[in-house]
Amino acid sequence: MNKTSLENLTRGIIRENPTFVMLLGMCPTLGVTTSALNGLGMGLATLFVLILSNVAISLVKGIIPPKVRIPSFIVIIASFVTVVDLLMAAYLPALHAALGIFIPLIVVNCIILGRAEAFASKNNIWQSVLDAVGMGTGFTIGLTSLGIVREVLGNGSIFNYSFIAEDANPVLLFIMPPGAFLALAALIILFNRLRKAE
Amino acid sequence: MSKNSSNTFWSMVTVLTAIAVLSAFILAFVEQLTREPIQKAKDQRELEAIAEVVGEFDNDPFAEQMNIVTPDKKYKLKLYPARKNGSISGFAVKTYSNAGYGGRIELIAGFYIDGSVKTFKITKHNETPGLGSKADEPRFKKQFDGFNPNKHKFKVRQDGGEIDGITAATITSRAVIDAIQHAVDAYNNFNPGKQP
Repeated sequence: MNKTSLENLTRGIIRENPTFVMLLGMCPTLGVTTSALNGLGMGLATLFVLILSNVAISLVKGIIPPKVRIPSFIVIIASFVTVVDLLMAAYLPALHAALGIFIPLIVVNCIILGRAEAFASKNNIWQSVLDAVGMGTGFTIGLTSLGIVREVLGNGSIFNYSFIAEDANPVLLFIMPPGAFLALAALIILFNRLRKAE
Repeated sequence: MSKNSSNTFWSMVTVLTAIAVLSAFILAFVEQLTREPIQKAKDQRELEAIAEVVGEFDNDPFAEQMNIVTPDKKYKLKLYPARKNGSISGFAVKTYSNAGYGGRIELIAGFYIDGSVKTFKITKHNETPGLGSKADEPRFKKQFDGFNPNKHKFKVRQDGGEIDGITAATITSRAVIDAIQHAVDAYNNFNPGKQP
């Protein structure tokens, strides 16, 4: 793997992490991370759609007139998300029951459109796949760690394994919307401290 | 990409139309392909939910389903009788409430033969993950086992009833009780002799 490829792959994970550095896709980030599993699920679903859409957009980039590129990208992305949604409901019903509510949300995730516009429409397929994998992984890491923090503090459990007594009172605030902002802020500070220290 | 020829009005119309038509075809194809498996998966889930709320049975509750309505005719629900060796061992009612925090909550409630609640399973909801979604967890559910809504105050404690609501999700707790209450009303209406 040459230097550019490696750079494209790792960019999304650290230097331009969508959650902690670029602050993109904040709606699903804050909304669904009430548990570690929800965060992981949303992250992986986004990663999957991101790869598909980056490939498709990299393929058709030459034939789309620049003035209609945004509506074209949106139609392509929305179609992919719907196809994934239907296929999951049909063949992986258990997974769909757990993630079902997040799938339609992926359409409006600005990371997908952002990468289509900023990267896939200017680069070849292979580099676009690397970019999608990197960005998707970065997003997954961001959502999962936020989910872990919120679930541990707010529910006294991690990946649904409870470690406190049944009648104990965890800090419920962290499961609620304000807790999402507080936990995210703390993680952003931590992440950027570590990033700059390197 | 910014070739001048590709930016004319007609090329924009053609490309965008082509993309839209292609997407429509793909979506129609996938929808048709998945319609049957999705319905099957849904039936399967419902059957599993029935098995979970009424315990063991050896008949096909789907084949014996009946339509029941609440006295005010607002709620048209489905009743699935469960039989063991031919005699009724309990029944499940598919019911819903529109009073959830996120709107409609659908659930399947299981009842003992005397009309008291056994348990329930939420099949569809839009409640807040981590708060309202806890309505489907044993901690909240177990207080319904053996509860007879015809004899006890079937409300959350804040409303003077005997059910402990979920912390920070009282609206969801109320909605679950509301849904089960509809099932009870409809069942009593269908079978008035069973009332104590």
